[in-house]
Amino acid sequence: MALPPPDPQFVLRGTSAAVHTLHFSCGGAEPDIPLLFSGSENGFIHVWNLKTHRVDTALDGHGRKSVCCVKTMGGKDRLLSQGRDQRICLWDLAEGRTSVTDSVFTEHVGFCRCSLLQVAQGRWLMAMAARSLEEVQILELPSKTSVCTLKPEVGAKLGMPMCLKLWQLSCGSQPVLLAGYEDGSVVLWNVSTGKALSRLVCHQEPVMSLDFDSEKAKGISGSSEKVLSIWSLNEQQNLQVYKTHELINAGISDITIRPDKKVLATAGWDHRIRIFGWKKLKPLAVLDYHTATAHCVSFSDHSNPRDRLLAAGSRDQRISVWSIYAQT
Amino acid sequence: VCFIPGGLDCSISFVSHVLGKVCVHGWQKEILEVLVPRLTDLTKSDYIWQRICWQLVECVPDRWMEAVVLGFVQRAPGADVLSRLLGNLVVKNKKAQFVVAQKMLLLQYGHATAVLQNLLGYLALDSSRRPLLLRVLQDLLETWSSSSAVKHSPAEQQLYISKAILICLSHLKEPEIASCRQELLTSMMEGVKCHLESSLPQLRRLGMVVAESISLSINTEGPVLKFEYEEDDETRELKSLLVQTPSFCVVPSLPDDDRSEKAGAALPLVPERNEKSYTAALVKADEESDAELDSDDDLIPYDMSEDKELKLKAPMYIRECIEVLTGSRSEDVDKWEATVKALESLVRRNPAATREVSVELAKILLHLEEKTCIEGFVELRQRAQVAVLTTDPIPVAKYLTSQFYSLNYSLRQRMDILDVLVLAAQELSCPKFHGKTKHSGVQKPCIQLLPESDSSKGWRRIVDERIKSKTRRFDMGQSRVELASCPNEFNSVAGYFFFPLIQHFDRPLTTFDLLGEDHLVLGRLVHTLAVLMYLAVNTVALLEFVWALRFHTDSYVRQGLLSCISSLLLSVPTERILSDMTEELLETQSWLGDVMEKDPDGDCRRLALQNLLLMENLKKKLEAVPS
Repeated sequence: MALPPPDPQFVLRGTSAAVHTLHFSCGGAEPDIPLLFSGSENGFIHVWNLKTHRVDTALDGHGRKSVCCVKTMGGKDRLLSQGRDQRICLWDLAEGRTSVTDSVFTEHVGFCRCSLLQVAQGRWLMAMAARSLEEVQILELPSKTSVCTLKPEVGAKLGMPMCLKLWQLSCGSQPVLLAGYEDGSVVLWNVSTGKALSRLVCHQEPVMSLDFDSEKAKGISGSSEKVLSIWSLNEQQNLQVYKTHELINAGISDITIRPDKKVLATAGWDHRIRIFGWKKLKPLAVLDYHTATAHCVSFSDHSNPRDRLLAAGSRDQRISVWSIYAQT
Repeated sequence: VCFIPGGLDCSISFVSHVLGKVCVHGWQKEILEVLVPRLTDLTKSDYIWQRICWQLVECVPDRWMEAVVLGFVQRAPGADVLSRLLGNLVVKNKKAQFVVAQKMLLLQYGHATAVLQNLLGYLALDSSRRPLLLRVLQDLLETWSSSSAVKHSPAEQQLYISKAILICLSHLKEPEIASCRQELLTSMMEGVKCHLESSLPQLRRLGMVVAESISLSINTEGPVLKFEYEEDDETRELKSLLVQTPSFCVVPSLPDDDRSEKAGAALPLVPERNEKSYTAALVKADEESDAELDSDDDLIPYDMSEDKELKLKAPMYIRECIEVLTGSRSEDVDKWEATVKALESLVRRNPAATREVSVELAKILLHLEEKTCIEGFVELRQRAQVAVLTTDPIPVAKYLTSQFYSLNYSLRQRMDILDVLVLAAQELSCPKFHGKTKHSGVQKPCIQLLPESDSSKGWRRIVDERIKSKTRRFDMGQSRVELASCPNEFNSVAGYFFFPLIQHFDRPLTTFDLLGEDHLVLGRLVHTLAVLMYLAVNTVALLEFVWALRFHTDSYVRQGLLSCISSLLLSVPTERILSDMTEELLETQSWLGDVMEKDPDGDCRRLALQNLLLMENLKKKLEAVPS
């Protein structure tokens, strides 16, 4: 007899707007407070104290335009946020400050979340959708110098880039980018040369979100249809379809693989969060708490595995936080 | 008959006379059956025989020329054979020219396509005859593009002319087309306009196919005219006429059927699939080769039985539906969709609540437009409208019929009103068949749900079936019962459906002129009245209405009128017909006789004949009953 799915450990209320993006910062040792950053449709970034379950700080840096992406850069004192005001802001949050230290004007009017990769101490690469329709730009941060621009070949008709993931196999190796496009294909780009290495048509509809496990060279993508597509990267850097999984209801907003690569979570348009085993995509749980589309899902980076949490943000303005499969 | 070969210069005018006389007296078939094959063989390679043959036909006296030429054209196995047999007869002989270029093409229309191919191919084969081909094409196009011809000539003749046009086009060469491009274009534009205005779908399709073909031949590069229509055998046959197998015969390479069929017309292009497409490369996870310990087994799934397809909560109350449908909040499209889908069943389950807001609901539904892309939106809306109408017939019927004649509705909306009235009338007259059925598939032959597209066809079928069944029953001496077995709720409200529709048909409005251009709607209206008539009993008013319109020029309208008469004759109790309407019936009978003989439309003639038979049956029945 299977147990009924657990209830959320707690629910964070108070954003007053749909929640579009979440990011945990819980890696610090005591007495650091575990934090959860959330970005909302009203342009605010809330910093949630996971001990008190209250907002510690609210950051207003995007002119009341929706915040679609928040990420920390090496700790909770530096934050990067992306908003639909076409700006990416870099924040300094140390010692109680809340100032924007720098910003990048992306000129991108779409919804593509940027991707960050730390390549060296104090140096990051950021991939973002650029002004021109099909292009992705790679910038080095914090210098903001352009590394390259990834342009699909003429006639490829990929459409807008929808989701990005920068990664490298190990520190010091070539960074590569996985980009999901409007036409349903995922393209692997070599960032140094700016050339596309491989393209795989995974979906009939735009790729809404993707995530990649560099250890197993396997990735997963979700779209507005009912299918999750799992694909792999072989030695020749070619993408191949590995498996597909059919969902009950169509539409996936976000997919995240847990850092230990054991489970993954999807946020669905049917308001539900689904947990799967990553090995064989075995369905594990369906978390049905939210009353509107789930927009984002994120795993925490707690050093103690038992403290690990999963957070989901939804259009119903609430953030549900769950402790699930934390024992393994 | 044995011919003398050799270089003798003999006169064969006597033979021509014999041939002509025989043909004219009706033995055309017999003699030509023998003659034509022989001549075909003889003229195959022997030029002398060809000349003899030409002399033979040229010497036929004018008064018999028609019969001979007709026979040859019909019997020759191909255009090139005809060319060998007749030579340039049509150029040399005026009568022959008249027969070939005028009579067979424009005045007659019973010939087979193969004959047309023969004729036109024959004209195309020789340079001295080609000018005639061009003239023929111009004449044909003139007829095709004349609006009176489109309105009044029978469909079969129009099909014939269309075929002839297409075959001509297939024979024309580029310089010839260039010389008459302007006229072709003008005729095409005029012709397509007349055809598209027609109420009969077959004629519209004919027009479209021919116009497309003309456009194709005059615009070899650049955009061509393309219509959207359903392909059927007729259109495919027409299109195949555009391709000609070249019949430059040194060798008589004659296919038996002259219609060169386009092999596998328009093979659907198989889209080239990207080999990396996700459907092609579905690889099942290979579990055996994975030697690693399966750590997924540690993860025990939770109960997921509650995980079902997401069903949006539809409103539970009628007033809530009204709010959603009239609301302007665009975010709630999901709710709007759910409302549209749920509305019909809600209305049926809550008749009292519906009655409170019936007219408002009817108004909303009449103006409801598709906000999102739902499957079957039109049907959902219609079913909801029918539900509202049957729940509260009188006020809603009053509203709908008043709107039918109001300003600023589209033709589609007016026809929707008619459809809804008919469906509701059917349901009211026999409710137990309609509560739960979704689609037409009701077994009882007397009631049949209207097919969505062409209600007239459905009703013609019904009337036909009824006529058939009634005739049978008369022969077997049984009495008619059928309809009386269901409680007919329609009768009490029929008047509200029927009379308002009849009242204002002759008053044109700024946006709606039933007797003028909008004869499509008039046709529909007439058919609707026939149905309503069938389901209730409203004889006199209907008969007067029919009488007023009986000379209408549009054949679709006339068909509707004749089905009205059929409905009348079928549904009104016999005694009532004969007691109330003897005079009108007599007049109707003579009108029907006229229609049956003289109406250009085949369907009208057939319906008139059926009506006359029904009347005969009625009379016989009365005579059979001892008074």
